[in-house]
Amino acid sequence: MLGGVNGSDGTPGQAAIELRGVVKRFGDLIAVDHLDLEVPTGICLGLLGPNGAGKSTTMRLLTGQAIADAGELRALGFELPAEAKAARAQMGVVPQLDNLDVDVTVEDNLSVFARLYRVGDVGAAVDRALELARLTDRRRAAVDELSGGMRRRLLLARGLVHEPRLILLDEPTVGLDPQIRTQVWSLVDELRSRGMTILMSTHYIEEAERLADEVAVMAHGRIIARGRPSDLIAEHAGRETAEVYGPPARLAEVRAAAEARDVRVRPAGPAIAIVGAERAVDGVTPTDAVWRAASLEDVFVMLTGEEAE
Amino acid sequence: MNRLEQAAIAGVMSREVANFRTFWKATTFSSVLEPVVYLLAFGLGLGATIVNRVDGLEYVEFVGTGMVATAVIFASALPAMFGTFVKHRFQRTYDAILAAPVDVEELVTAEMLWIGIRAGVYGCFPLLVSFAFGLDPSPGMLVVPLFCFVTALGFAAFGIAVAGTVGKIDHFNYVTTLVITPLFLVAGTFFPIDQLPQGFQVAAQFNPLYQLVELVRHAAFGFEATDLLRFAVLIGFAFAMWRLAVRQMTARLID
Ligand SMILES: Nc1ncnc2c1ncn2[C@@H]1O[C@H](COP(=O)(O)OP(=O)(O)O)[C@@H](O)[C@H]1O
Ligand SMILES: [Mg+2]
Repeated sequence: MLGGVNGSDGTPGQAAIELRGVVKRFGDLIAVDHLDLEVPTGICLGLLGPNGAGKSTTMRLLTGQAIADAGELRALGFELPAEAKAARAQMGVVPQLDNLDVDVTVEDNLSVFARLYRVGDVGAAVDRALELARLTDRRRAAVDELSGGMRRRLLLARGLVHEPRLILLDEPTVGLDPQIRTQVWSLVDELRSRGMTILMSTHYIEEAERLADEVAVMAHGRIIARGRPSDLIAEHAGRETAEVYGPPARLAEVRAAAEARDVRVRPAGPAIAIVGAERAVDGVTPTDAVWRAASLEDVFVMLTGEEAE
Repeated sequence: MNRLEQAAIAGVMSREVANFRTFWKATTFSSVLEPVVYLLAFGLGLGATIVNRVDGLEYVEFVGTGMVATAVIFASALPAMFGTFVKHRFQRTYDAILAAPVDVEELVTAEMLWIGIRAGVYGCFPLLVSFAFGLDPSPGMLVVPLFCFVTALGFAAFGIAVAGTVGKIDHFNYVTTLVITPLFLVAGTFFPIDQLPQGFQVAAQFNPLYQLVELVRHAAFGFEATDLLRFAVLIGFAFAMWRLAVRQMTARLID
């Protein structure tokens, strides 16, 4: 069974991840800047941030592959980096970049990692992982013969071969076709339904909205907002957004009028979006504006200043 | 958790074995063919026309035993350099392994051991091939795989340390030209080093390949008391390179 989260080896109610005041520098660059992050056991936390926000660095700090310059770090009750190896034994890591062994078979990839994780019955663990990734009939295929979707599922299965208590998913669908993305999402859904604790980084808003119980918005190495998607939207974007389309000159006019009255506006592709439009005084929102429910995308763009993908 | 856990080392080696299964035929083929080519070219060509006996040995006996060292360095330093660089930089294999409960020291140790074992086997091929060219088997030769294994550990670690230091794969050219080729030429493989100037002869004592060549010849034709010292040099070399490799790779792999 995957997901022994309420097992004997974890103190009940203890957070799976606790980071306090964590700093990581690369020369002059501060990749992680006094980061505080707590991930309770049993949830999927989406770490949502633009490229360069420090998401992958945070993941590497959690596996002991990067050493923090300051701060306190605990994962699964183990202190990092001192007890990182013990923590890694109960963690599954799915990296942003595919690092499968391409010349050997699907099965070999899984059995090597089952051994690295000291799994007792390697054969059974491999069978279980193959089934989870729906790759049982491709077990003897070389990895470089697999389709993109199969490779991605194998990468996930490899991180799960030892039935970890915590999974780190670093941008699980970055650069994938929409169709493959859906496959990965349903796999992650399955893990969630088994009660696994997941820390998933992404810069796709839709992915966070779709998979995360809670979202932490990360920018410049810090968490700038945190909560359930609906709460974040209510807090940072209000109820409704009104999008205005038109030539640039007109958009600039609408923008100036809105900002003059303290109404927040953000670019939205070819349009501009008036955020929290339901609260705007009459006359700010043009009559031809398209109204829609406020979204996590509004929150993300308002908070990070980055156009969403 | 302890240092150097056997399960971690065995796991990393099992990855190497799985990969090796996909290319062992080509490697084995060239390891057999290479000494054949050298023996034909040097042994029969040079040996028959210019030199007959070297240091009291038939030229085939001299080169056949000396080439063990050539086989060892080419089966250890070069695969370690290129393999480590490729696995780190291009395939990101080490990123995957270090996300599991394996530390850099275990990773480096496992890679060294695997290359050591492989080179221990491939190092014997020149002897086996030389049997067909007239070298007589002798009981002392049974320890040759051990000599090859220990020397290969040192050169594997050297290669890993180099890969953990250079920024670009092209920089390996400096290392092969400035380090590996001289070591290999001044090892007494193809000609005895006592014909070289005094300085070279002293320098050769610090060349692990030269010590290996001597040990292999003595294994074939009679051990000497100083051979223990030679073996100690090889062990010292392997140990020093091991520590260096762990240090360089830790700096490279852990941010
Ligand atoms: N090994 C490294 N050396 C130098 N800079 C790095 C290194 N790793 C990450 N960075 C820098 O740290 C910042 C955060 O990177 P990263 O954690 O990869 O962000 P994200 O995963 O959110 O896109 C970036 O500016 C990146 O260039
Ligand atoms: Mg990243």
